[in-house]
Amino acid sequence: MRAFEYVRAASVAEAVGALRDDDEAQFLGGGTNLVDLLRLGVARRGRLVDVSGLPLDTVQDGPDGLRIGAAVRNSDLAAHPAVRRDYPALSQALLAGATGQLRNMATTAGNLLQRTRCLYFQDVTKPCNKRVPGSGCPARQGVHRDLAVLGTSEACIATHPSDMAVALAALDATVLTTGPAGDRTLALDDFHRLPGDEPDRDTVLQHGELVTAVQLPPPSPLSSSSVYRKVRDRASFAFAVGSVAAGLVVDGGTVVDVALAFGAVAHRPWRARVAEAALRGGPATAAAFGAALDRELAAATPLPDNAFKVPLIRAVAVAELSRLAGLGTDGGRTEDGA
Amino acid sequence: MTGTVAAPSTEQTAEQTGGRTSAPAHRVEGREKVTGRAHYAYEYPVDEVAYAWAVCADVPHGRVRHVDVDAAMGLPGVLAVLWHGNAPRMASTGDAMQDQLQSDRVHFRGEVVAVVVATTAEQAREVAGLVRVDYATEPHRSVLTEDDPSLYRPEQLNAGIPTTSEMGDPDAAFERSEVRVDEVYRTPGLHNNAMEPHATTAVWTDDRVTLWDSNQGSTPVRDAVCQVFELPRDRVRVVSTHVGGGFGSKGTPRPQVVLAVLAARHVGRPVRMALTRQQMFALVGYRTPTIQRVRLGADRTGRLQVIDHRAVVQTATHQEFAEQVGVATRVMYAARHRRTDHHVAVLDVPIPSWMRAPGECPGMYALESAMDELAVRLGMDPVELRIRNEPATDPERGTPFSSRNLVACLRRGADLVGWADRDPRPRSRREGEWWIGTGVASSTYPAYASPASASATAHPDGGYTVRVNATDIGTGARTALLVLAAEALGAARDRVRILIGDSDLPEAGVAGGSMGTASWGWAVTKVCAALRAELEDRFPDGPAEDLTVQASTEEDLQDRADVTRQAFGAQFATVRVSDVTGEIRLDRMVGVFAAGRIVNPVTARSQFLGGMTMGVGMALLEEGVMDAAFGDYANHDLATYHVPVNADIRDIHVEWIDEHDEQVNPMGTKGIGEIGIVGAAAAVANAVHHATGIRVRSLPVHLEDVASWAR
Ligand SMILES: Cc1cc2nc3c(=O)[nH]c(=O)nc-3n(C[C@H](O)[C@H](O)[C@H](O)COP(=O)(O)OP(=O)(O)OC[C@H]3O[C@@H](n4cnc5c(N)ncnc54)[C@H](O)[C@@H]3O)c2cc1C
Ligand code: SF4
Repeated sequence: MRAFEYVRAASVAEAVGALRDDDEAQFLGGGTNLVDLLRLGVARRGRLVDVSGLPLDTVQDGPDGLRIGAAVRNSDLAAHPAVRRDYPALSQALLAGATGQLRNMATTAGNLLQRTRCLYFQDVTKPCNKRVPGSGCPARQGVHRDLAVLGTSEACIATHPSDMAVALAALDATVLTTGPAGDRTLALDDFHRLPGDEPDRDTVLQHGELVTAVQLPPPSPLSSSSVYRKVRDRASFAFAVGSVAAGLVVDGGTVVDVALAFGAVAHRPWRARVAEAALRGGPATAAAFGAALDRELAAATPLPDNAFKVPLIRAVAVAELSRLAGLGTDGGRTEDGA
Repeated sequence: MTGTVAAPSTEQTAEQTGGRTSAPAHRVEGREKVTGRAHYAYEYPVDEVAYAWAVCADVPHGRVRHVDVDAAMGLPGVLAVLWHGNAPRMASTGDAMQDQLQSDRVHFRGEVVAVVVATTAEQAREVAGLVRVDYATEPHRSVLTEDDPSLYRPEQLNAGIPTTSEMGDPDAAFERSEVRVDEVYRTPGLHNNAMEPHATTAVWTDDRVTLWDSNQGSTPVRDAVCQVFELPRDRVRVVSTHVGGGFGSKGTPRPQVVLAVLAARHVGRPVRMALTRQQMFALVGYRTPTIQRVRLGADRTGRLQVIDHRAVVQTATHQEFAEQVGVATRVMYAARHRRTDHHVAVLDVPIPSWMRAPGECPGMYALESAMDELAVRLGMDPVELRIRNEPATDPERGTPFSSRNLVACLRRGADLVGWADRDPRPRSRREGEWWIGTGVASSTYPAYASPASASATAHPDGGYTVRVNATDIGTGARTALLVLAAEALGAARDRVRILIGDSDLPEAGVAGGSMGTASWGWAVTKVCAALRAELEDRFPDGPAEDLTVQASTEEDLQDRADVTRQAFGAQFATVRVSDVTGEIRLDRMVGVFAAGRIVNPVTARSQFLGGMTMGVGMALLEEGVMDAAFGDYANHDLATYHVPVNADIRDIHVEWIDEHDEQVNPMGTKGIGEIGIVGAAAAVANAVHHATGIRVRSLPVHLEDVASWAR
């Protein structure tokens, strides 16, 4: 076996330093994705710099909102009282993901940076542009039921699999990083990339850039109204087939504010800005919701086996917005726990 | 889950148990298992053990031109790299899974082309991933279609079952029928995923070899090793004390058996070898995908005139496996005109093999879906339709049934679920955003038995030891045999020791075909009764030294009357389907079975509900997705090949009818390992139709097939 080095970073500076001089080294969070990918031969086997023990493991409630440390475990974040009260979509999204054991290990940063579940990406005996740039994308002609319908490129149609990130996108989160080139604050929306012709890059992070925290804006009626609905084949322990994070504030039948993001349909959490713009200031009716969704989804580029995701996302988004608007739709949210 | 089970005890004697169902018994080896002391094949403590790892073809068809052994041999820990270019020639058993490293041909993606032996498992695995294999690739075809150019009618199906059966004039009768169903049903490749992967530890001492192996029968494993390595029986021993499941995939030896023995001989050290979960999808068999056309014709009263069931399945290019899809159709319902027929396509795919209820499982999905469609077209209750077509005797062979209680199962199940109050109209019940539906299907499985031998020893201290080469693959077979032995001996259960899972024990058949307890239990019952008689006769005060008797059931089996022996059951499912998303969730499942005497209610219940759960998986989740471009099942791990989890199975209720059958075997048992899966998928799919009004004829039913926006 090829041995690899494992080091536990004692400080943020040490963690960043460890990667600066080593192109092969990478950060390790809870390891629930990276260790799998190492075993499968998908991830390169350089030095692992464990950042899960850094003092980035607290959730701080302040005047600027909620600051979530990069090493906070998914289960702790989901259970945090402020999250449950002020940002319910985030808690729901976390609890809809993976299993209890995995959530106990998984970290905030690791969750954001988990890689696609595209079958070809995970099978080193097959080509994949994301894993080996230029080798081709067999998914387009092959197995793609679970893959993207929005923002795809010729090179890649992978989806970002995280539930948490979809809620964060709807909640206007920002990602705080530090690295060799200094500190950065990135809107979550700008953090994950579309594949374009560089599908090997999931995010805008540079090598050695450490995620230190995720910042949520102060609570608002929009954030505290937020919901997350995940659609999946299996009642638990399954990645989303499609998902919707939504928040809505209505006054006198008019949409005052709205936030909408989709999961499992694109290379990044898909913030539905076209639909939001169409809705703001307009009537809070099912018809208006549907029309706005149609405008958003007009950009879709579906393939034969995933074309259903377009009407699926439309139906789920309209149902959730209608429910938030008190339009008395069909009651009973899915009671599925994870 | 509902279904309560009385507090089990292993203390009671046969006399205390009274009725037909014995007092519940906990697993004899339960404590060993939950404390981790039970050793499985890969875990036997062995000194100086080396590890073998398979290198699998990543082309679907072609030839191995070269394996770069020299480069690999230089890597740390590597003891050997074997491929057909340097492996010794060995004898063939006729089963391709035993012909390892004997040819340069690649018949399917995932076939073993080389094996790396190294000092640690990690080294072996690492090097297996680095070994350079040079292939000459040839074109491949791996996707089953109903008009594949290679389709042929096999000489016979698995287990020697006839390929076709025909009575009357099915085509003309169908044309004449007042009410007709003519539909095509599809099932995907389904993969057995036992918890314990296939594994072997092989140890040579001088010219003898001992294998600790995970299988459903150590006798066939021993025989295969004897044949391949040309050894007499007394030089090969296969021990399989504990086995973590098989579902048919361990009924015949898999590649790691021969490879571990070969590797151990080659490096002169004990060798362990296990398949990975990913490798299992190509190397341990799977249920063939099926394409089935079912034609039913009935008169207006619902009496079937014709049943015509034709199946298309696949096999690999180098070995035939012809799944007996139509068998259950031959015994289920009365009809004067009938036909079953099978065609096989030869593709560049892994070799399909046994998987829980081979034949009955996919076949009954199609037949019982078609029956539901017929009931809808007749405007008749689907339970009633089945009862109306109950045959008096085996509808094809004409023989009497040794016992047949399908109707009782249907009636009892209908009572349990309140079927009488069901509004038969599809899309008639809604709770919030959820459409609710209920469905029913019949279930059946043959009551087989195979010859077995056993020995029983009475010890002077009043204890007993019973020996039989049975295999407990997690079903509770060991415990059931203990119950039967104690009963036949008239002894307390805790005075009886039962030894199984070792090819040196008296020979017996595999744990397959739901015939384990029937076959082994027969021999155990017989030998224990003989010992008891001997004791009563000669040693009423107990023997002064060990007294052993032997018995075999070979002749008893030959002497059985010509009747049809078959277990039956009825499955009822309640599902909800979201109007928004199309998501399908199972609310409740009820199974009622008539399977003869139930020897141990605790473990029997697990078998039924395990089968039903697997059927739910088949209906809603499980799908081997064949990748046309690469020729493999693309979703070859448990993250992407979904089986049900607890949240999918909330409420399963299992019952059995008190059935007395003296013509199956002296215990009156029929076998329970497989019947639970039969019909389960149809019950769920029929419930989905009732909920939504959408008939999906291809499994698994996806949310996009039934969502309101998909119409
Ligand atoms: C069986 C299974 C089912 C799952 N189901 C779901 C699901 O339904 N929904 C869902 O959303 N997720 C699911 N997941 C994924 C799971 O959420 C992720 O594996 C997890 O969130 C990753 O977090 P981690 O801390 O373990 O990351 P790791 O595996 O440790 O790391 C992941 C990546 O993040 C990088 N990284 C870690 N920390 C930092 C940092 N501070 N700065 C920069 N880079 C960093 C690592 O270098 C690595 O590239 C599932 C996973 C499994 C194994
Ligand atoms: S979709 Fe992307 S990840 Fe999947 S095979 Fe294509 S390039 Fe690779």
